[in-house]
Amino acid sequence: MTKPLGSFPGGLVLDGQKKRSTYDAIRKTPLSKKLILPLQQHIGAASTPIVGIGDKVLKGQKIARADGHVSVYLHAPSSGTITAIDEQPIPHPSGLSAQCITLETDGEDRWIDLADTVDFTSLSEHDIRQKIREAGIVGLGGAGFPSFIKLNPGVHHTVETLIINGVECEPYITCDDMIMRERADGILDGIEVMRYALRVNNCVIVIEDNKPEAISAMELALGRRQTKLQNTTVVVIPTRYPTGSEKQLIQVVTGKQVPSQGLPIDIGIVCHNVGTSYAIGRAITHGEPLISRIVTVTGTDVKHAGNFETLFGTPMHELLSFCDTHREPNEPFILGGPMMGYNLSGDHLPITKTANCILVGVDNAAPKTDPLPCIRCGECATACPVSLLPQQLYWYSRSKDLEKTQQYNLMDCIECGCCSYVCPSKIPLVHYFRFAKTETMNQRVETQKSDNARIRHDNRLERQEAEKKDKEKRQRQRKLALAASKAAKQKAEAEKAAANQTQSDNQEQ
Amino acid sequence: MLTAILAITVMALIFGLLLGYASIRFKVEGDPIADQIDQLLPQTQCGQCSFPGCRPYAEAIAAGEADINRCPPGGETTIQALADLLEIEAKPLDDECGVEKPKTLAVIVEDRCIGCTLCIQACPVDAILGAAKQMHTVISDECTGCELCVPPCPVDCIDMVETKINPNTWRWPDPAHVDLTLEDQS
Repeated sequence: MTKPLGSFPGGLVLDGQKKRSTYDAIRKTPLSKKLILPLQQHIGAASTPIVGIGDKVLKGQKIARADGHVSVYLHAPSSGTITAIDEQPIPHPSGLSAQCITLETDGEDRWIDLADTVDFTSLSEHDIRQKIREAGIVGLGGAGFPSFIKLNPGVHHTVETLIINGVECEPYITCDDMIMRERADGILDGIEVMRYALRVNNCVIVIEDNKPEAISAMELALGRRQTKLQNTTVVVIPTRYPTGSEKQLIQVVTGKQVPSQGLPIDIGIVCHNVGTSYAIGRAITHGEPLISRIVTVTGTDVKHAGNFETLFGTPMHELLSFCDTHREPNEPFILGGPMMGYNLSGDHLPITKTANCILVGVDNAAPKTDPLPCIRCGECATACPVSLLPQQLYWYSRSKDLEKTQQYNLMDCIECGCCSYVCPSKIPLVHYFRFAKTETMNQRVETQKSDNARIRHDNRLERQEAEKKDKEKRQRQRKLALAASKAAKQKAEAEKAAANQTQSDNQEQ
Repeated sequence: MLTAILAITVMALIFGLLLGYASIRFKVEGDPIADQIDQLLPQTQCGQCSFPGCRPYAEAIAAGEADINRCPPGGETTIQALADLLEIEAKPLDDECGVEKPKTLAVIVEDRCIGCTLCIQACPVDAILGAAKQMHTVISDECTGCELCVPPCPVDCIDMVETKINPNTWRWPDPAHVDLTLEDQS
């Protein structure tokens, strides 16, 4: 691709800290005795269990089915027995619990019979999407949106370009880097499938220039398949945070902007992560469901940092002890990167589909200081990659003026954390925006609910009114009927009396 | 002089007709203020404000017959929103009407329900399902938590259960109090 690269405003050049976890090849985490599998590891509706307590399951067996359209299947990551289906703490910023299936592994790690794999070009696009859904594949970049939906452009859109996101711009995280270095062929398998399912000709694999090994590995693998994968290229872009964010990446690669509140498909682009592409390749060409992912374990307190292929449900403390982490019992640790990740409530939480990195100890971490008043320097507005005005948003979020935050397009905030990072007063800006966003969302739900209640109440009043009228009408009719029958009776009696009278008169005569 | 008077009179007539036409053509149906107030009320239809539902209360506020601080389910947020709309001072919730409580849902203890249909008749939003001598149940998505079904139940089988927060309904905490305390110090 010779087209010059585009750009987005703001952004930051950060210290990558990537080398820490790229010395060693990807290792497998040992099989855990107990796997805890949250029923919702994706955006959308939670899956519904299709196994019961005490059931024996095999590795790769479906244990929960998709419930609703935006949902995927869940599989047993290893063979064993289901011991519980109940609420367990899950990795979430709230630290709350949610429904999970607990699987006690038997150590045999025996696979279920995988369906014979067929040449995917003999399948329809719909069948491929269904297979991807049944393989439980969601976006592995971190958001966890069901991938099969993103492979369905619908009748109103044509896809011009498929972008494979190998950018991984957040410091410390290297799971995408390592998968590109070691499993480039698997990623290309997935790309072939997606290109076929989307009927798209152009495909670009985008990698930041701080990953030369990944770039050469992908180019090498691509070179071997040049005949099969025409019009597919590796594009190297400068390292800048947050280029890995979908909308920013599209802006850099194509120069086009995804409209506010819109989707990439609106401008003819579909974007998938390299890890997702690998998972799709495995699912379609090998029939393997998504039961594990690569997790980066890194940070200053991790002795043997690296990338680990980990089964879903593996408790984090096992992974941490496997790589010799010296974590104080109450020391906080982060799921995700230092910019967008969040602190976890404990280390007994399971690894889920969206867990890309566990970070224990950040180098040069800013000391926790109380925020100072905003001095309106405007640094945050300069750093914002979506051209918002964080200082204004901060003001309105703080005073809970949610309507105003909407006017300033709060919902376009990608929560990248650039504004908080540059703020000289150390104001936790992103925290304010997250707060205002969830408040707004909640308010929308409440409004919807109250509108619904109003309609139901009005309907009830209307019905009661109608019933009352009906009753009155019936009463009136009954009264009339009663009066009529009474009159008839009287008339009959009078006639009878008259007849009797004449009879007695006759007798007298 | 005469032309001026004539011109002004003619103009007054034209504008008068125009305004008269506009007032008929663009007539606003209903009471827009009452509608706007009704939009802000939580629609629990609980009657704690002493009016038979949210709509009558909204109309009473619009007519200036009721205060804005009589809605316990809406609480402080609703009072603030009403104050902003009507451009008057917000005031604390009227104790007479009740206190602000966390949101609850009615749950019928099904073993105890005798199927008397009294709660069905009491529910203002038709959120209870059942028939005579059959067990009743609450459609939890539709329940507004108004508690109107609780007193009529002869066997006391309706519990008001606090709605539990799950990861999907969880909200980020308000970080504001942190720097507010700081400001207090300075």
